[in-house]
Amino acid sequence: MCLAVPGKVVRLKDSDMADVEIGGIETEVGLQLVSDVKIGEYVLVHAGYAINKIDEEGAKEMMKLFEEIQELDEIAKLSENDEIY
Amino acid sequence: MKYISEYRNPAVAKKLIEEIKEFSKKPVNFMEVCGTHTVSISKSGIRQVLPEHVSLLSGPGCPVCVTANRDIDKAIAIAERSDVIFTTFGDMMKVPGSYSNLAEKKADGADIRVVYSTFDALKIAKNNPDRKVVFFAVGFETTAPTIALSILEAQKRDIENYFIYSVHKLVPPAMAALLSLGEVKLDGFICPGHVSVVIGSKPYEFIAKDYKIPCVITGFEPIDILQSISMLVKQVENGEAKVEIGYKRGVSSLGNTKAQEVMKKVFEVCDAEWRGIGVIPESGLSLRTNFEGFDASKIFDVDVPPTKEPVGCSCGEILRGVKLPCDCKLFGKACTPENPVGPCMVSTEGSCAAYYRYGEVADGV
Repeated sequence: MCLAVPGKVVRLKDSDMADVEIGGIETEVGLQLVSDVKIGEYVLVHAGYAINKIDEEGAKEMMKLFEEIQELDEIAKLSENDEIY
Repeated sequence: MKYISEYRNPAVAKKLIEEIKEFSKKPVNFMEVCGTHTVSISKSGIRQVLPEHVSLLSGPGCPVCVTANRDIDKAIAIAERSDVIFTTFGDMMKVPGSYSNLAEKKADGADIRVVYSTFDALKIAKNNPDRKVVFFAVGFETTAPTIALSILEAQKRDIENYFIYSVHKLVPPAMAALLSLGEVKLDGFICPGHVSVVIGSKPYEFIAKDYKIPCVITGFEPIDILQSISMLVKQVENGEAKVEIGYKRGVSSLGNTKAQEVMKKVFEVCDAEWRGIGVIPESGLSLRTNFEGFDASKIFDVDVPPTKEPVGCSCGEILRGVKLPCDCKLFGKACTPENPVGPCMVSTEGSCAAYYRYGEVADGV
């Protein structure tokens, strides 16, 4: 029940409302619980409201970690190949 | 989809699983306290790829499932009134009370409407000024601010026929209650991501400090969950107990302070009854005195007969992590998603429904 999905803000409207694109579909979302939302930013949408903005820095930190993990994996694969050939 | 597909990368998952296998030595039980995590774990088959001595237990993480029978009975009694339009999230429709459920009452002619958000409930109230519109306010800290906003909006727009029946629950007190009960040995909590978006990481600190239990807040994709298990394993093996955030794209230590303020303005903390656990002090939210005109529990004086639980149903033990869904005699036989006996099989985010849907039927796998 606490499901929330990331969506991209495509249009800001009156009364603290916005159109948010979630998986290709636009839906109207309340922005009353978040501050300074700009077009193009991502928000987490739950029960018709944005409950937070997605923190780009936080996301990047994770992505960097994933890339490092993948790089390690590729290096490991390369060294395995070296041993074979 | 951005912020989703990158958290399903198989190569990263493989590395994280290897990391867990490498670091994990002690047998451990980690509990997730969020129905959305329960579904994600079952769906992605995470239990099956973990070392045998790393067990994942599902706790009281589904607000639908933990709603006490008495509250459901009272909600049904309000919904049956001819002057009421009863609005609810769809999840609550089939949850059994002692004698019936909302879906049956709707079939019998009660005006019960499923809404996606409180916006819809307010709209119904505005369009039906001669009827009393009641919203069944179910949810954890994630949902409570959105419902608090609807009260402020109703007040602002002079919508006087809108009421809520609040059975809100708070997650950290339930985690502490489970630890105090001591029925299950727990070595770490996978803390709910979207509850934490609102409350931040601080409210879990007493769990780490007083109970010495590691806590990791995480997101909902397979990589998020594997990463949280890896972080918990490392804390256990290093003898640490702290609160860490794995879901940094959504959660900060202070949480969403604007949402907290809205929630605090409208609600006050109260004792609350949880299915399977009983009354947990300071684990619920009720409307503050200055908003009691919106409080359906005060406006509608409904009398309900004594509650009764379905015979043979183990939802209580399952919600406390004492039993797995497949340990219940009714699971998959008398109790299925088509003919559910207990709430954990009704709610799509209930442990029993998740285990059933993704085939986790024997020996917890």
